[in-house]
Amino acid sequence: MDKKLELVDLRKQFNAKVVPVKNVSLSVGSGEFLTLLGPSGCGKSTILRLIAGLEQPTSGQVLINGKDVSRLSPGDRNIAMVFQSYALYPHMTVRENIASGLKLRKTPSGEIQTRIQDVTDFLGLHDLMDRKPGQLSGGQRQRVAVARTLVRRPDVFLLDEPLSNLDALLREHVRAELKQLFGTQNTPVVYVTHDQTEAMTLSTRVAVLNNGYLQQLDAPERIYMEPANRFVAGFIGSPQMNFLQVPCESRRAIVGNHPIPLPRGANMPTEITLGIRPEHVHLAQSDHEPALDGQVFLIENLGMHNLVSVRIQGQGEPITVRAIVGIEHRLAIDSTVRLAFPPESIHWFDVSTGDRIQTASDSTSVVSPSVTPTSVTS
Amino acid sequence: MVDYVRAQERRTGWFLTIPALLVLALVFAYPILRAFWQSFFTINLGNQLTPAFNGLGNYIRMAQDGRFWNTLWNTTIFTVATVSLELVLGMGIALVLNQSFKGRGIVRTIAILPWALPTALIALAWTWIFNDQYGVVNDLLLRLGLISTGINWLGDPTLAMISVIIADVWKTTPFISILLLAGLQSIPGDLYEAQAIDGASPWQSFRQVTLPLLLPQIVIALLFRLAQAFGIFDLISVMTGGGPGGGTETVSLYIYSTVMRYLDFGYGAALVVVTFLLLVLVVAIATFFLNRSRKRASGAV
Amino acid sequence: MTTTVPESQPRSAHQHGVRRIVLPVAVVLTVLFCLAPILWQLLTSFKTDAAIAEIPNVYFPRPDQLTLDQYQKLFERRPFFNYIFNSFLVSLASTVLALGIGAPAAYALARLKLQGERIMLAAVLIVTLFPPILLFLGLLDIVRYFNLGNNYLSLIIPYTAINLPLTILVMRSFFQQLPKDLEDAARVDGYSTPRMLLDIVLPMTIPALATTGILTFISAWNEFIFALTFITREDLKTVPVAGAQLGGASPFEIPFGPIAAATVLGTIPLVLLVLFFQRRIVQGLTSGAVKG
Ligand SMILES: Nc1ncnc2c1ncn2[C@@H]1O[C@H](COP(=O)(O)OP(=O)(O)O)[C@@H](O)[C@H]1O
Ligand SMILES: [Mg+2]
Repeated sequence: MDKKLELVDLRKQFNAKVVPVKNVSLSVGSGEFLTLLGPSGCGKSTILRLIAGLEQPTSGQVLINGKDVSRLSPGDRNIAMVFQSYALYPHMTVRENIASGLKLRKTPSGEIQTRIQDVTDFLGLHDLMDRKPGQLSGGQRQRVAVARTLVRRPDVFLLDEPLSNLDALLREHVRAELKQLFGTQNTPVVYVTHDQTEAMTLSTRVAVLNNGYLQQLDAPERIYMEPANRFVAGFIGSPQMNFLQVPCESRRAIVGNHPIPLPRGANMPTEITLGIRPEHVHLAQSDHEPALDGQVFLIENLGMHNLVSVRIQGQGEPITVRAIVGIEHRLAIDSTVRLAFPPESIHWFDVSTGDRIQTASDSTSVVSPSVTPTSVTS
Repeated sequence: MVDYVRAQERRTGWFLTIPALLVLALVFAYPILRAFWQSFFTINLGNQLTPAFNGLGNYIRMAQDGRFWNTLWNTTIFTVATVSLELVLGMGIALVLNQSFKGRGIVRTIAILPWALPTALIALAWTWIFNDQYGVVNDLLLRLGLISTGINWLGDPTLAMISVIIADVWKTTPFISILLLAGLQSIPGDLYEAQAIDGASPWQSFRQVTLPLLLPQIVIALLFRLAQAFGIFDLISVMTGGGPGGGTETVSLYIYSTVMRYLDFGYGAALVVVTFLLLVLVVAIATFFLNRSRKRASGAV
Repeated sequence: MTTTVPESQPRSAHQHGVRRIVLPVAVVLTVLFCLAPILWQLLTSFKTDAAIAEIPNVYFPRPDQLTLDQYQKLFERRPFFNYIFNSFLVSLASTVLALGIGAPAAYALARLKLQGERIMLAAVLIVTLFPPILLFLGLLDIVRYFNLGNNYLSLIIPYTAINLPLTILVMRSFFQQLPKDLEDAARVDGYSTPRMLLDIVLPMTIPALATTGILTFISAWNEFIFALTFITREDLKTVPVAGAQLGGASPFEIPFGPIAAATVLGTIPLVLLVLFFQRRIVQGLTSGAVKG
């Protein structure tokens, strides 16, 4: 049977000032791994809690397998959730923790036994079954929390920042494990994180949120390649994308000495926001490339590469552009460089709305599924 | 849409709080309200305890009642003396207990012992200590040659007041020490290190770091102790019974005899009301300073 | 750090020296201050009548000045085990009730958003400061009305009530520290509210209940004025009242020995509580008073 989770125009208002979820619609199907990604406080956990039934939506619906569950209590929704703190019951053994949800649902005890057996085999928890959570390491607790959800065989998995309490090394390891694990479940997964690496590596699709609004819902590559607006472009990718606000003249943006043709989607603006990722900026090879002269003022070593910050004098304020440059170039502070912007790597954004302006290289399908509010120019 | 999550939460909330509210209403609100009501009636042996409306008669009587003013004076002396002595002594003990030394755990245990013991029995112990013939206080003073004959501590109004104050200070200083010690432990050590690097003397860092940061705890301890001292009953009742000659009689003791000995319920109720209002006043003033000190402490760091 | 202030070396050494003398003296004084009155009473309770009445006082009695007579006399005069039993029963019952009524209210005040929550909290705080003398007159009415005089209930109910504010404050500060995720996890797992409270929240609450219970037990054991007023039957009296009424036949023959014995016996349960639970007591008192 195919499982499906849908959110229809979901809104949550705690009080007049706090509206962490604003008209969010999305759907997640079997075998999909959807990540809610956004800065802290943008409403990710609230969406998860609305799905779980821990909060009641102010308006809108939550549908599971086509059925409106908005009025059901969490226990009746057949969802399972991993909490950031893992929320293992401290007075119960691992076995009791894992079994608790099944026992409450009056699952026959033989069935409980086999399911627990499956999960412990799957996650290798055998030696831990009779311990209390207090006797487990952080990584072990995390696995038990995951086991507690798997054993339920729910209609939807919900995970709220399950890796954020692990140290960096373990986090990478567990991340890979989670991907395999939930890949086999054939059940919708909604995963919350503020960490873009987690979102990019784990997900089949990513929903970028800001300020309660859905900004973009797409596959990870598309989020990176074709960010729907300035917020998404700036939020995804590290180091952050460079943004330059440049004047336009007769369908050309004036960047330094070389005008760059505007994309087809732009209709005669006087100004436009140009975005380019530091990894796409490179040192100009010839005088024919559109390029900007500038002075290096900061070099940060990233190992194979240097992250070079360059100050460029324009008509007004000097602007800063950061570029990733191979260490073989041996740049020095105060040296003068010419930075080139390959046209196919340039993103264009409307100056006032921040929305992406379509370019020739964009895929033909519609980019952003949602209304993009005008207030995203932050 | 009705928020059924909140609605259920609210229902559960009331279900869980109502028993407590009922008990509190029965044992706290009812007696106070009842006293307000009764204070406007004459209910005593003179009228076979049949309430007769008396308007403000009880309050007028109180204004002219020398014994009442005397007990109020005694209560004030007792409260001011015990609370200030306890604060100084409690601070000293808290500072000692906050040092690290061998056996600190045992000393801390010993230091809260007096607080935990029944006041009535402790009062018996202190009566024995202040006994004029065999009391250990007189014995020590005689041995030191400070006096030549035993002092009748509990037989003289002033000395009796001093005795009950000492006994109360002994009994309740630990309470203040515990609160202040908790406050001391929450002061980050690097503040003192910073002071030491700046070359401050211990007294200077006490004035500049400890006292300001401890102010909230001090005022809270003060608040609790003021209220308790103001209502002191058991210690004095057992040690002196309010004597000699009313020299240690506090408002509480007076209320108790008015009701239980003279069976003057109306007047007793009026005494309860006035004591209650005085207490509210004291607490309100203390709370005002508490809020101010809290603000100042949070602004300072 | 030692290099920053050149003179810090000698000064701190000097301070160290002062500290080495002052601290032990202060510790000894603290211990003496807290223990001496109790020890004197303990010593008195084991002395013979002659030794008690000896002038100057006997601080280090000879073996023939020691006896258990005072305890024997105490039990001949009064049913002291009865008193201890009464105190125990009343304290335990009111502790259980205070926890049973107070902890749920504390949970609601910590977790659930109720209207009037702040008012309730303020009321609880104010009520903490009420001296019992303000209540006994009205309670006397209630006791008479329900004919509860000389009934354990006349003590158990008021003791429960006077312990409720502390219980609510201490337990509330505990619940506020308890991670809410656990309750959310229980809901997702399918626990109903009552089962969640009983199966998940309650087991985690037991240490805090113990802490609070010790405090309420102590305060109930020590209560005086209600016990003095509502109980007049000898065999129903509690330890503090019975001890206070141990006077002799006339004011001139006060039985100091048996009184000392009574003090010792009546305080032993509390001394034991303090010895075993010092940490919990301190923790409870501070969280009740400071966080409230
Ligand atoms: N129960 C609540 N009452 C009021 N405000 C809340 C509540 N829960 C969350 N909020 C607010 O909603 C916003 C979004 O919170 P959350 O969904 O937890 O963000 P995050 O994306 O970091 O998970 C925050 O500003 C938070 O303070
Ligand atoms: Mg969150």
